[in-house]
Amino acid sequence: MTMRDEIDPASATPLLPDQQSRRRPRMALPGLVGLAVVAFWLIVALIGPRLAPYEVGNIVDTDVFGAMSDRFLLGTDYLGRDMLSRILYGARYTIGVALAATVLACLAGTTLGMAAAAAGGWTDALMSRAIDALISIPGKMFALVVISAFGSSIPVLIIIAAVIYTPGSYRITRSLAVNVNAMDFVQVARARGERTLYIVREEILPNVVGPVLADIGLRFVYVVLLLSGLSFLGLGIQPPNADWGSLVRENIGGLGEGAPAVIMPALAIATLTIAVNLLIDNLPSRHRAGPES
Amino acid sequence: MNATVARLVAVRLGTTLLTLLVVSVAIFAITELLPGDVAEIVLGQSATPEAVAGLRAALHLDQPAYWRYLQWLAGLVAGNPGRSLVNSDSVGALIGSRLPNSLLLASVTAAVSVPVALTLGITTAMTRGSAYDRAVSVLTVAIVSVPEFFVATVAVLIFAVKLRWLPALSYASDIRGIGHFFRTFAMPVVSLSCVVVAQMVRMTRAAVIDALRSSYVEMAILKGARPARIVLAHALPNAVGPIANAIALSLSYLLGGVIIIEIIFNYPGLAKLMVDAVSTRDMPLVQACAMIFCLAYLLLVTIADLCAILSNPRLRYR
Repeated sequence: MTMRDEIDPASATPLLPDQQSRRRPRMALPGLVGLAVVAFWLIVALIGPRLAPYEVGNIVDTDVFGAMSDRFLLGTDYLGRDMLSRILYGARYTIGVALAATVLACLAGTTLGMAAAAAGGWTDALMSRAIDALISIPGKMFALVVISAFGSSIPVLIIIAAVIYTPGSYRITRSLAVNVNAMDFVQVARARGERTLYIVREEILPNVVGPVLADIGLRFVYVVLLLSGLSFLGLGIQPPNADWGSLVRENIGGLGEGAPAVIMPALAIATLTIAVNLLIDNLPSRHRAGPES
Repeated sequence: MNATVARLVAVRLGTTLLTLLVVSVAIFAITELLPGDVAEIVLGQSATPEAVAGLRAALHLDQPAYWRYLQWLAGLVAGNPGRSLVNSDSVGALIGSRLPNSLLLASVTAAVSVPVALTLGITTAMTRGSAYDRAVSVLTVAIVSVPEFFVATVAVLIFAVKLRWLPALSYASDIRGIGHFFRTFAMPVVSLSCVVVAQMVRMTRAAVIDALRSSYVEMAILKGARPARIVLAHALPNAVGPIANAIALSLSYLLGGVIIIEIIFNYPGLAKLMVDAVSTRDMPLVQACAMIFCLAYLLLVTIADLCAILSNPRLRYR
């Protein structure tokens, strides 16, 4: 249940059309570095298997926990398989599954949040209390209980992560949408007799989309951390497939000798999550949730 | 304590109790949703229908769900959470043998990390914007945004592999003497502390900076008080509530961290018991462990809120 601190909804004020500046400030250097690393990993996730020098499951060396060498750029794992190939293949699982879960969580959270704000009254109260109850179960506990009941598979993992991170997205969207909902142009739309669906889609959504996009990045980091943590426990992606968390787990025996096989996949996760953090911290202010935007 | 505070505290405690009840329903319901039932899973595919029916009756699976929930809840409250499906040991005894280990790990970690985090948090808030402050904040952001097992891995590499100060992997099963105790606990505690301290420093720093922004601190600066005096005598007494709140909240990160740390160091604690139970799909054990972790989490969050209520002087003297 790490990392469940959310963006403070109070500080995330909606962007009003007249506050949006037309000029786009240039991104600071850390942001560009973050963008470059994120882009690199996305490309690896897409075409990684083609770049891999060896077949992913093949045992190519008799030396286990081999050091970095010309033949094996990132060393070999506990069975003598090429670590670079395994990391290139693992990117798909780490990034793909996390991305699917994040998109699902944000879609659900944003839709429910806007619906609650637009509906108001007891619907809003009921939904918000239900979400509060969901938040009071630590994320990792929820994941462990669900996995013990259903076993671990990629669809189950995606649904678990989506359910755990929907409340955060819901809360942010709802608090933004409640403010927008009180604006004159929404009242006008209501007075015109527009339906709730129209108001949500045409009036509220355009005004909450910026902060929600920035929130997706943060939530993606949490999902990556949760899923690689589960894989590390042996309860995430199952063999023969392996994401970066599973790679750390299967090679943990090499930790005592400082083998690259255990450090490199952990480092891959760390660079990905830190890069996403750098990127969203330095986004051009138009898309940032915050009073300065 | 006056009536206002008493009422707030009572409402907060009531909310916690209610939440715990909702959590117990949720945990029970999730394990009820599973396709097929426990009897089929335990006996496997080759089981005869008679054997499945027999086990169902033995596990009371033939009774309605709400009735089993009430029985389970009553058992939990009475300290008798059923029997393990894997080896028919009493769940209570299994947990009883592991819980003290986890509590020991958690309390040693708390004892180490709270003073370190407070010192770092207060000093960085005092020297806001300095190179020291920036270095600490970059480090804490980095630790917070990587997985716990990465922190543990790096800690082992630095302290055990490179510096050779501590043994990389150790087992708490046979502790001989105080020196061995420290050597056994050092690596897990150091790794776990890194995770918790990073959270706590960020929250403590924010709480102190918040207090430093107030007008009475501006007044103290204008009258020429020394920076140390401003922080220690003026800002800190008012930041005690938020800081206590921050400590309790950061300690709840212990729960997530402890799972990873117990696995990585093969530490015989409750979290390892639960992860093993999840892999063997031992439902009664998973349910009981999950309830203990959720209870600990809710307690810490409640304590954090109570600190905020009790330390607010405006409520005390109303």
